[in-house]
Amino acid sequence: MKDLSGWGRYPRQIGAQTTAATPDEAATETTGSAGLIARGLGRSYGDAAIGRETTLSMTGLNRMQSFNPETGLLATEAGVSLDDIIACFLPRGYFPVVVPGTRFVTVGGMIASDIHGKNQHNDGTFGHHVAWLKLALPDGQVVCCAPHENAALFQATIGGMGLTGTILAAGFRLRPVSSGWIRQTTHAAKNLSEAIALLRQTEKATYTVAWIDVLARGASLGRSLILAGEHATEDDLPGGYKQFPPARTGRLGVPVELPGWVLNTASVSAFNALYYRRGAKRSGQTTLVPWDSYFFPLDSISNWNRIYGPRGFVQHQCVIPNEDAEQVMSTILDLLSSRGEGSFLAVLKCLGPGAGLMSFPRDGLTLALDLPVSEKGLGLLAEIDVLVAQAGGRIYLAKDACQSRATFSAGYPNIAAFRQVRQDIGVAGHMASKLSERLAL
Amino acid sequence: MTNLHKPKSISTGKRLLVIGGTSDIGRAVADAYAAKGWGVALAARDVERARRNADDIQTRHGTDHVSVHPIDILDTASFDAFIDSLGALPDSIVCVVGMLGDQPRAQGDPDHATAIIRTNFEGPALLLEALAGRLAARGDGLIVGVSSVAGDRGRASNYVYGASKAGFSAYLSGLRNRLSQTDVRVVTVKPGFVRTSMTEGMDLPGALTAAPEAVAQRILGLQTGNANVVYVLSAWRLIMGIIRALPEPIFKRLKL
Ligand SMILES: Cc1cc2nc3c(=O)[nH]c(=O)nc-3n(C[C@H](O)[C@H](O)[C@H](O)COP(=O)(O)OP(=O)(O)OC[C@H]3O[C@@H](n4cnc5c(N)ncnc54)[C@H](O)[C@@H]3O)c2cc1C
Ligand SMILES: NC(=O)c1ccc[n+]([C@@H]2O[C@H](COP(=O)([O-])OP(=O)(O)OC[C@H]3O[C@@H](n4cnc5c(N)ncnc54)[C@H](OP(=O)(O)O)[C@@H]3O)[C@@H](O)[C@H]2O)c1
Repeated sequence: MKDLSGWGRYPRQIGAQTTAATPDEAATETTGSAGLIARGLGRSYGDAAIGRETTLSMTGLNRMQSFNPETGLLATEAGVSLDDIIACFLPRGYFPVVVPGTRFVTVGGMIASDIHGKNQHNDGTFGHHVAWLKLALPDGQVVCCAPHENAALFQATIGGMGLTGTILAAGFRLRPVSSGWIRQTTHAAKNLSEAIALLRQTEKATYTVAWIDVLARGASLGRSLILAGEHATEDDLPGGYKQFPPARTGRLGVPVELPGWVLNTASVSAFNALYYRRGAKRSGQTTLVPWDSYFFPLDSISNWNRIYGPRGFVQHQCVIPNEDAEQVMSTILDLLSSRGEGSFLAVLKCLGPGAGLMSFPRDGLTLALDLPVSEKGLGLLAEIDVLVAQAGGRIYLAKDACQSRATFSAGYPNIAAFRQVRQDIGVAGHMASKLSERLAL
Repeated sequence: MTNLHKPKSISTGKRLLVIGGTSDIGRAVADAYAAKGWGVALAARDVERARRNADDIQTRHGTDHVSVHPIDILDTASFDAFIDSLGALPDSIVCVVGMLGDQPRAQGDPDHATAIIRTNFEGPALLLEALAGRLAARGDGLIVGVSSVAGDRGRASNYVYGASKAGFSAYLSGLRNRLSQTDVRVVTVKPGFVRTSMTEGMDLPGALTAAPEAVAQRILGLQTGNANVVYVLSAWRLIMGIIRALPEPIFKRLKL
């Protein structure tokens, strides 16, 4: 029995956990399972990686299988981490096409959440770059799925939150890069409309994302720093720059849970204001930033999830279809800032479609924020969810701990098709997580 | 193509043989050498699981020089054929084959005790003997035998394992003595506790427990220098020094 939770440390559940050391063992654990779910590095925030009965740890499946330098196609077992992939392949001039905001995730987790990055508007999701995957089913079969082989199952598995079976291995593409540096251009936006306009203007850049101060009010509502990025070439680097700098290992850490009151509206609001002012001074400027601090700023502080105190926190990410995006976003920001529910700089970004049946990304504008767990905070999120659902938007399952079944079914039009695939391959009831129970998936 | 698609390390033309290529320590050793541009031969009884490690190393380091060779350490008659199957004689050899076994069971089950003794002592000793002969004929090479601090003194909790490792350590010592006038070096490595599948589920003291990668770096470091007997964590040299120094009348009453 183990105390299991996602990265938000909320909710927490005592449950059984088993460990697979090899793909064969993972397949055996999956065979005949009842209420099992695979778990990677547990970086989903809520209850997605907690089995209804049993949680199957996949990090022992950490072997790489093959790499083709011509096509950039890398094949690995599902428990291989993004950290490991970058450490091996960046020095050889390759970088994964799509990465999330932390490198401590597994290949299986990235596929099952069909993760998106700062280049979603140009390059799609991780799932768009998956050439094939091997899936273990509860009936004992191991099937290969690809865009043209078991296509329905392939589509359902990408973004399927582990609910179609256990991913054992996959092949996916890396892109050639000529350095480990990003040329980052900062633009300051005084309010939400400026931020949205700048996000659209910078869409030609490979990467673009906005850090938004969700506590700014009135005329400053939605003030943001837009950070556009391009891979720097070797020629962009001044002398003395290492072409492929290694990850800086976290010297900082949060060794213990901080008391809940450390992060209050005043401290977070002051931090956000300072961050904005410092960034605004650099508006229009381009600087060279190493890959790890550009893509994974939080990874340099280990266990940063403890800063929210013993009750944990919830992360919340919604996407609002483009038509009403600005108006609905501004209503949401109004709610957050007027209630003073503080989130450290939240993220605002334009999205396009995902690769799977249940993928979160769709055309629209997305906002990701986190709130410490409290009655008030959860109540506020429920209010926001209503706005999201009315606008035809949806909530990201990898970051969800509390949306209602109604919000969920309003947001994901392919639920029926997904359930059908689960019926057809006989996984319903066998593969199940706390999330799938909560949402009656 | 530009210089972009270069492999990570430049081949040294040298080759390492790991006997026990499915073990966690063996995998880490092979990986550390491959990262330095060595070719690697993995010998294991379970060829399929060794292949999994070989593919991993090959993929990580962009090398084609990783091979897999079947060996059963209990099948001593096969050793000469095994060495012939390697092709060129390796430059360095690391033997990590071992079996912890179950001490209480070994006390009442001679077959189990025999398996432990043969796996830790007889098999590795005879295979390294055969390899040492060939290295001596060539004139140089490095042989690393992974033994154990458990062999430093027999204790109630694991003396079948400990005695077989003691035998292995003594064998390595003799081999080292015999070859000391040649360029074939023999090193005994005593890892202390290591976090591997052998010790999975055990409650190990953090400060006395090494990661397989740390053991591997230590072994890689043996390529230079003139170490003979290595404790991976130096605290173990001290601890075992004390344990060895205890007079038998006292030692025999201790629960260790
Ligand atoms: C700091 C931070 C920043 C983040 N930024 C982003 C971002 O920018 N974009 C984004 O999209 N996400 C982001 N995330 C979310 C994260 O990328 C996803 O939750 C991802 O799925 C986590 O991978 P994991 O290996 O930890 O999986 P887990 O959290 O362990 O599991 C997540 C889901 O994947 C399933 N799963 C895991 N392994 C397998 C397998 N082998 N077979 C089948 N199913 C499996 C689980 O069942 C679960 O449903 C972020 C998370 C953090 C903590
Ligand atoms: N882990 C520790 O704390 C620790 C401490 C001190 C010393 N050591 C020593 O370190 C070495 C490596 O151990 P480990 O921790 O990595 O454990 P391990 O994974 O159990 O390694 C043992 C290896 O020996 C192989 N082996 C066993 N019987 C064999 C046979 N008949 N023929 C061929 N190969 C055989 C195993 O192959 P299979 O995979 O096919 O079983 C495996 O590769 C061992 O000698 C061990 O005694 C370990």
